[in-house]
Amino acid sequence: MAVITMREALNQALSEEMERDGRVILMGEEVAEYQGAYKVSSGLLQKFGAKRVLDTPISESGFAGLGVGAAMQGLRPVVEFMTWSFSMVAYDQIVNNAGAIRYMSGGQYSIPIVFRGSSGAGLQVGATHSHTPENWYANVPAMTVITPAFPDDAKGLLKSAIRSNNPVCFIENEKLYGFKGEVPEGDVLTTIGQARICREGSQVTLIANSASTHVALASAEQLAADGISAEVVDLRTIKPLDIPTILASVVKTSRVVIVEENKPFAGWGAQVAYEIQHRAFDSLDAPIERVTGLDVPQPYARVLEQAVMPSAERVTEAAKKTLG
Amino acid sequence: MASSGAKKVRSKEKPGNSPAMLPTLTPSERVDLLRKMVLIRRFEQKAAQAFMQAKIRGFCHLYIGQEAVAVGSISTLHPTDAVITAYRDHGHALARGMSSRECMAELFGKITGCSRGKGGSMHFFSKEKHFHGGHGIVGGQTPLAAGIAFAQKYNGTGEVTVCYLGDGAVNQGAFHEALNLAALWKLPVIYVIENNEYSMGTHQSRSSAGYPLVKRADGYDMAGITANGNDVDDVREKMWDAVQLARTESLPSLVEIKTYRYRGHSMSDPGNYRTKEEIAERKKESEPISMFKERLYKEKVLTEKEYEEIERQAVAEAEDAIAFAEASAEPEVATVFEDIHAPEDQIAEFRPPIGS
Repeated sequence: MAVITMREALNQALSEEMERDGRVILMGEEVAEYQGAYKVSSGLLQKFGAKRVLDTPISESGFAGLGVGAAMQGLRPVVEFMTWSFSMVAYDQIVNNAGAIRYMSGGQYSIPIVFRGSSGAGLQVGATHSHTPENWYANVPAMTVITPAFPDDAKGLLKSAIRSNNPVCFIENEKLYGFKGEVPEGDVLTTIGQARICREGSQVTLIANSASTHVALASAEQLAADGISAEVVDLRTIKPLDIPTILASVVKTSRVVIVEENKPFAGWGAQVAYEIQHRAFDSLDAPIERVTGLDVPQPYARVLEQAVMPSAERVTEAAKKTLG
Repeated sequence: MASSGAKKVRSKEKPGNSPAMLPTLTPSERVDLLRKMVLIRRFEQKAAQAFMQAKIRGFCHLYIGQEAVAVGSISTLHPTDAVITAYRDHGHALARGMSSRECMAELFGKITGCSRGKGGSMHFFSKEKHFHGGHGIVGGQTPLAAGIAFAQKYNGTGEVTVCYLGDGAVNQGAFHEALNLAALWKLPVIYVIENNEYSMGTHQSRSSAGYPLVKRADGYDMAGITANGNDVDDVREKMWDAVQLARTESLPSLVEIKTYRYRGHSMSDPGNYRTKEEIAERKKESEPISMFKERLYKEKVLTEKEYEEIERQAVAEAEDAIAFAEASAEPEVATVFEDIHAPEDQIAEFRPPIGS
């Protein structure tokens, strides 16, 4: 199996789906001639031409809405936000138009659109550029929210997202674009809405997504060194949540730490904690712990930002707390 | 009419009966325009009554006074061209050929409504009639229109999109972003500002800098066109130029149509920001239905008796719509979980059942 980076995996997904379906188009800032701000769309302009790979002006509300209108009319746009932090100026288009037109019209329209792009903190770009907005978009009833942590999932889930007949927020993490992993060749889809156990363990479950999955895996190593067996659940999809996989792990370990990069208030981890206590209350041997980004705007200075980010050390400490 | 500083339309002059010429309507087609305007007026009056009786709830923005805009402009389109508008959408829906029954039933929140009772007054839709809403956020529909036009051009269908907005929407960022994209990518879309002078209760002189509003086309190097929205013939003529520009040259335009609404912003608006005299004066000088009716009398294509029959039919249709809406069933509560997601057909369904 080929070992490629996350960005190459995403590029393959886009290329294969555009090859397969002439209704799929890609638009966004710098996606064409610049070859992508993060090089995810590298080579696609040359392969598919300017009709299907479109550089947009810096105009997120305009081009996100344009994508929704094109989807209403039968195209299958992939709209790239250079970072999801910029999606806030397109919030109305994503929430009210992509998110509600099917419902408001009594089911007359399908909105097959993928909004995708980079997200996340930790690279010292300050408060405006560091958001992980999966919990914001997961609050939109119609929305599917996907946050891959590994290259194979990135490819397989993006292919599935493009084939979905419904709006998808596909939230990548900038820290992972260079992450390498094995990716199967060819047309392999990953099912949306299924979590993956990426490390088996028996004493505590670490539930994470995206870059936080790698924080959880690092913590599991630390815990193993201390003789504690941790299971790591990578949610992969935030909405819909894979509740059966979560519950199976909780039943097995009886202890839970949730790891999420976003801010704590109404973060997706709060929802996961609710689901666990509601459905597996008797299985819990300790209160559920959450390790999140701290509840402050993202600071610039490295020492400050590192204190704000979830770290393996904080996860390890939380895991030990659940073990008494 | 205010003169426009904007670039004039660049329609190509073509001789004879070429498609670029505004088709001359037959007398009966002209009477049909009047019929549609009268129907909208009577439909809206019945809706207002039903609102006062609390049979219609929420917001209800009436189109009374602006009928010539929707009827005149939509009469220049092909049935497969796209129409999209803001929340004052009843008139456009009826002008597009949606039935009075499905529209009134939507206002009543009934399952027989055009959006199955899920949209309400501001969110009428009919994909079948290429009426793409009914949008509640001011200016939010303008990028959608660019996208619909993008898809029309991408697919080479030769269709065009008409997007209505109010004068209050011209200061929204989404509108400017949409104009820029439409001009940059040469999309076959016509943005129609229905300038009724008031954004809710704020007169345009207190909300917009830069007149006439059509000048906003200049900044994007788009054709700017103005029309008298009280005169259905003028609306048709000016819209025709814009539609031809979109259809034959794939160029967008901005059309500012001066109009006036006789009722409040919505049914909840007491209208204290303008005088009764102002409204009476406007009605007296330029009421669109009377103006057109008188013209048809002069042209000898309509008699007073025939007009009375048009009125009678319009009232009957509006009353029938009310009766239909009242007799229709409420949506089953279980339908609240329907219409959220389209069925998947290229991947397996991946969502757990509702309530699991």
